[in-house]
Amino acid sequence: MDPIHQFNIEPIFTIGHIGGQEIAFTNSSAYMFLAVALTSLLMLGTGRRLVPGRMQSIAEISYEFVADTIRTTAGKEGMKFFPFVFSIFMLVTVSNLVGIIPYTFTISSHIIVTAALAFLVFFTVLIYGFYKNGLRFFKLFVPSGIPVVILPLVVTIEVISFLSRPVSHSVRLFANMLAGHITLKVFASFVTMLGAMGIVGVFGAVLPLALVVALTALELLVAFLQAYVFTILTCIYINDAIHPGH
Amino acid sequence: MAESHGNAHGATAHTEADGGHKAPFPPFQKETFASQLVSLTIAFVALYLISSRLALPRVRQTIDDRENTIKGDLAHAQKLKDDSDAALKAYEAELAAARARAQAIGNETREKLNAAAEAERKALEERLSVKLADAEKTIASTRSAAMSNVRGIASDAATAIVQQLTGATPDSKLVDSAVEASMKG
Repeated sequence: MDPIHQFNIEPIFTIGHIGGQEIAFTNSSAYMFLAVALTSLLMLGTGRRLVPGRMQSIAEISYEFVADTIRTTAGKEGMKFFPFVFSIFMLVTVSNLVGIIPYTFTISSHIIVTAALAFLVFFTVLIYGFYKNGLRFFKLFVPSGIPVVILPLVVTIEVISFLSRPVSHSVRLFANMLAGHITLKVFASFVTMLGAMGIVGVFGAVLPLALVVALTALELLVAFLQAYVFTILTCIYINDAIHPGH
Repeated sequence: MAESHGNAHGATAHTEADGGHKAPFPPFQKETFASQLVSLTIAFVALYLISSRLALPRVRQTIDDRENTIKGDLAHAQKLKDDSDAALKAYEAELAAARARAQAIGNETREKLNAAAEAERKALEERLSVKLADAEKTIASTRSAAMSNVRGIASDAATAIVQQLTGATPDSKLVDSAVEASMKG
C-alpha cells in the first residue's frame, strides 16, 4: 500500500566492507545485473541470419538507433564512444522497461544510480575534452562573436551551465522514473482499496484500474523516452568534448 | 554512516509500525549508496566490455554481411541485366542483318528469275517467228504451185473450149497470155 515501499533497497547478502561501510548485494544489484544479462542475451543470443527474426531485428535496431544518434549529434568521431553510449542506453532502457513490470525494482529511480551515470559522462567529457583539445577545450565556455563587454557574464553562465549538467542530467531521469512509479502505485492502491469496499467499490475501482492501464502505457513511453533523452544528452556532451568551439 | 542495511531495513519496518517519525526516503538513504555504486560499477564495466568486445562487433559483422550480400546480389542482377540487354541488342542486330540478307536474296532471285523468264520468252518468240516465217513460206510456195497448176488447167480448158468451138487448135502461147490476162483482170 505504501507507494514508497517499491523503492526500498533490500540487501540480499553482504559482499564485504569498504571503510566501515557495508557493501551488500541488493535487489538493486540484482536488477542491474539482470539488465546486463538481458542486454547480452539480446545482443549475443539472437541469430545472425541474413533476414533477421524478431529478436535479431530488435538487436540490430538498437545498434543502428544508438549509432545514428551518435552520428547525428557528435559526428563520425563520436563513434569512438559508441560502446560507451550503447552501454548507457541499453542499461537505462532495459532496466526502465523491466521496472514497468509489477513487483520489480527500477534502478534508475535511485538518484545515486543516475548521478553515477551522469558523473561518468561528465568526467568522460571533461577528461577526453582536455586530452583531445588541450587548453582549447576552454573555448567551450567562450562562444565566438560575443562582445568583450559581456564576455565575462557569458563565460560565467557557460561555466555554471557546464557544471550543472550532471545535476540536470541525473535528476531528469531519476525524477521521471520515481514520479511515474509513485503515480502508478497510488492509482493501483486505489483499485485495491475500492475493491475491498464491497460491490459498489468493485464498480468504482474500474476507473482507477483503467487509469492504471493507461498510465502503464504512458510509463512505457516515458521509460523509453527518458532513456533516449539520457542517451542523446550524453551524445551532445560528448560532442562538446570533440568539438569544443561552438 | 555506520548504520548497516539490515539496521536500516529494520528501522524502516519499525517506524512504519510506529507511524512515528518517517523513515528516510529510500532513494536518499545514504547507507545504500556504496552498495549501489559498487554494483553499478561492476555491472556497467561488464556491460561495456560485453558491448565493445562481443556484442557490437558481432552485430556490425551481421549488418555488414547483409549489406555486402545485398550489394553483391544487386551487382549480380545488374550484370545479368546488362548481359541480357547485350544479348537482346545482338539478337536485334542479327535479326536486322538476317532480314536484310533475306531481302537481298529475294531480290536477287526475283531478278534472276525475271531475266531467265525474259530470255525464255525471247527464245520462244524467236522460235515461233521462225516457224511462222517457215509456214508463211510454205503457204506461199504451195499457193504459187497451186496457182501454176490452175493456170495449166485453165490453159488446157481454154484450148479444149476453143478447139470445140472453132475446130482449130489455138496457139498455146496466145492461150497462155489470154489466161494470164484474165487471171490478172
